[in-house]
Amino acid sequence: MSDLWPRIEPLLAKVEKPARYIGMERGSRQPEWAPHKVAWLLIYPDTYEIGLPNQGLQILYEILNERGDAVAERSYAPWTDMASSMRAKRLPLFSVDTHRAAGDFDVLAFNLSAELVFTNLLEMVDLAGVPVRNEDRRPEHPIVIAGGHSTFNPEPLAEYVDAFVIGEGEEVVSEITEVLAAWKKGGRAGREAVLHDLALIPGVYVPSMYHVEYDGMQIAAIEPRYSDVPAKVDKRTVADLDDWPYPKQQLVPLIEVVHDRLNVEVFRGCTRGCRFCQAGMITRPVRERSEESVRTMVAEGLRRTGYDEVALTSLSTADFSGIEGVVAGLVNDQPGTGQVALSLPSLRVDAFTVGLASQIQKVRRTGLTFAPEAGSWRLRQVINKLVLEDDLYSAVESAYSSGWRRMKLYFLTGLPTEVDEDTLGIAELARNCVEIGRKYNKQASVTVSVGGFVPKAHTPFQWFGQNGVEELRRKIFLLRDNLRPLRGSGVKNQKLSNQVNMKWHDAEASFAEGLCSRGDRRIGRVIERVWRAGGTFQEWSEHFHLDRWLDACAAEGLDPAWFTTRHRHVDEILPWDHITAGLHKDFLWLDWQEALAEHGLPDCRWTPCYDCGVCTDYALEHVVASPIAPAGGSQGTNQDWSNQAEVAVRFLGRKPVPSHLPAAQPDALPDEVAEPIHAVT
Amino acid sequence: MRGGSTFPVRVRFSKLGKVRWTSHRDVARMFERAFRILELPLEFSEGFSPHPKVSFGLALSTGYESNEEFLDFSLAKPIDLETLPERLTTALPLGMTVNCAVLLDDRVPALQETVTAVEWIFEVGRDDDVAIDVDEFIAAVDAALACDEITIRRSRKGKLVDDDVRGAIRHCTVTSKVGAGTVVCELEVSTQPRSAKPLDVLAAIMQVTPAIGPLVERSVLRMSQWIERDGARLSPLDADARAHIATACAS
Repeated sequence: MSDLWPRIEPLLAKVEKPARYIGMERGSRQPEWAPHKVAWLLIYPDTYEIGLPNQGLQILYEILNERGDAVAERSYAPWTDMASSMRAKRLPLFSVDTHRAAGDFDVLAFNLSAELVFTNLLEMVDLAGVPVRNEDRRPEHPIVIAGGHSTFNPEPLAEYVDAFVIGEGEEVVSEITEVLAAWKKGGRAGREAVLHDLALIPGVYVPSMYHVEYDGMQIAAIEPRYSDVPAKVDKRTVADLDDWPYPKQQLVPLIEVVHDRLNVEVFRGCTRGCRFCQAGMITRPVRERSEESVRTMVAEGLRRTGYDEVALTSLSTADFSGIEGVVAGLVNDQPGTGQVALSLPSLRVDAFTVGLASQIQKVRRTGLTFAPEAGSWRLRQVINKLVLEDDLYSAVESAYSSGWRRMKLYFLTGLPTEVDEDTLGIAELARNCVEIGRKYNKQASVTVSVGGFVPKAHTPFQWFGQNGVEELRRKIFLLRDNLRPLRGSGVKNQKLSNQVNMKWHDAEASFAEGLCSRGDRRIGRVIERVWRAGGTFQEWSEHFHLDRWLDACAAEGLDPAWFTTRHRHVDEILPWDHITAGLHKDFLWLDWQEALAEHGLPDCRWTPCYDCGVCTDYALEHVVASPIAPAGGSQGTNQDWSNQAEVAVRFLGRKPVPSHLPAAQPDALPDEVAEPIHAVT
Repeated sequence: MRGGSTFPVRVRFSKLGKVRWTSHRDVARMFERAFRILELPLEFSEGFSPHPKVSFGLALSTGYESNEEFLDFSLAKPIDLETLPERLTTALPLGMTVNCAVLLDDRVPALQETVTAVEWIFEVGRDDDVAIDVDEFIAAVDAALACDEITIRRSRKGKLVDDDVRGAIRHCTVTSKVGAGTVVCELEVSTQPRSAKPLDVLAAIMQVTPAIGPLVERSVLRMSQWIERDGARLSPLDADARAHIATACAS
């Protein structure tokens, strides 16, 4: 019940960015505590600057604080300097809102959006004064909950997290609150009973309610310990985004953070079907917010926050049916003071997106990012990123001719079936883009950003053995050497290479990420060892040491290759088989086989259903504002999909569903695009 | 404010409490957002990349509090200055309170150049938490003030430089003893040609009397800023204000 501020403040003079710990953001709350209320501490286990903008956490913060039976505050991972000071002064983890001790809360709820923050979860539970392992916690300790994309394989943290929320949290946090309120009212009897009750809530996975049996290294069975606990936990999905116009009061931080702008989510889900993309697979179906609702949220948000930039967020914003209307609205009805910049994170690579960007970008010319993801058409078919070379070139030409000078291209390496020819194709694409750019501007340049591919649960690539550290590094250096201007190489090559910059992710970090992404419960102890050895902030290269991970595997007697580079067998029980995003395992396997056969798959928003399982199993529908595929068309693949079963598509405005939707135009080949398009109107 | 301005305004604000842990740049962004929240008709500069005409006063170190900070900005048309302080305060974080707004003369000198003196009050303790002996401390301050020059090494714009600190100190008095083993200093410094912060003054005291131990500032408050011109000592609110416009100050 104590305000720890008097003990926190003396530490701040000696730490980096002390304002990380003060709270006070516009939109933040000072909730009124009461004994009957369930107190949630919503935690983002990375720095304040990375965690503060997280929309999921902000949405739950508002929903919980609107309830009469809950309070919610926030906490972010203290940077290593602050964590050391806190340990030295025996100061526990605290909330930034009222600076209360984490141990005063009933729930520590973590947002896990990436695997490399797993060690930070342990660090924060420990800083809270709570035993890190589930089995050591007593009734007086908070319940440790985790949600977010990384919990679609919860098993590596099964011994550390009491309950996982699978899928979207808007509705389930209220159901959890009710169970915990009853538990508090009953005097917080033993944890087993309350955890059992939590396990009965749809979408909640309580690992201690399940028993895992092994046959050597293989999993033999994963079974519930009670007959009423579900054998398979289904994800939660909100049917209509317009019912959840959150955050209504986006937090405005006092210090600079990432994505420091108004963020308005325009849709959830993505059916482009990129096979490497876990986010696209686990968030289906597509649910758009209505154009009107987006425009209201933008206008009110700008007025309330004072931001001069707004991002329309989704997995591919150029695909939003209402995009042209929203952009036109922003261009035309500007608030009185100054200019508003607009960014559109998008996956599409086509001239449509560039046109959109030009329209909104009259003043500030920032970078433009395209994500072709792979260097050859063959490999792009494997990963179902159906961008033709000509699509990319015409997008790039259109961008350079409209005045852009710099372009960023995102690629993955270490993809299934990738050979050196594919990898080197990246260099070829980049050089050709520079060549196009130089027609318009002598300073035209391209930055190639390369990430090591890490296969994720619930994707068609979940069976693929990822590239080891050495192989990934070999490919990255092969590309780097090819892009490096060499003496004696062709003049053209040399000149162009000077204007291709390359950035890449650390191959060693991809290995650790892989271990956590597809590990089972046994990997938990590896994570614990890495944390005990001081391995926090593993996404930060200055804090990442591969040896810690290798040593931890050795100490646990586990062969890391078994978890990372090994191809999985078709009838093997995967550690996350008892968790489902609605995607049928045989659909995923079939799609994996299609990938190996280099066959693409169209976007089912505008083509017949191929029955991935999500809509049919959950009685959900795609909610899109337009029955017509956006300019550029769906992912046409020149294949005949007409004999496939159909699934209902609901259109915003509740119009009757047309029985025959316009099919994809085979001539309009794939287009995908680009990432942050920054623009100013 | 440099260049012509249609409706130049100076505001005075305080920065107190938790918000003191934000930086000078953070404060600039807070005001920029507050201006947009209130939809103030800011005047923009000409040119390829227009930006609002806003001019900040002397930077306040992260962690320091202040009773008197100043900010100049330029509006494209007149607004009600009476209600401006309160409106700005509602659009700023807790602890940032705008308490006065005046209309400036045209083409007045920039705050950073025209403020000549700053008064501070700050608490001093020892880093090792050993109690400070008040008499010893007063003796150490006197010893420092008796010097003509005290050169300390400090970081300025990211570089380590050797600067004389003594020249900036006008007076430093130890006023009282609070709680266990700390003292309170009142300090006045000149800002030209080079100012000195309380931290610099403590470094100077320790340099002259090393035996005083590891001194640290515990809480620092900027009390006031002055413009001394033609023998007069004026508040920045009075120095360049248009005489015929009443000052709008919240109580």
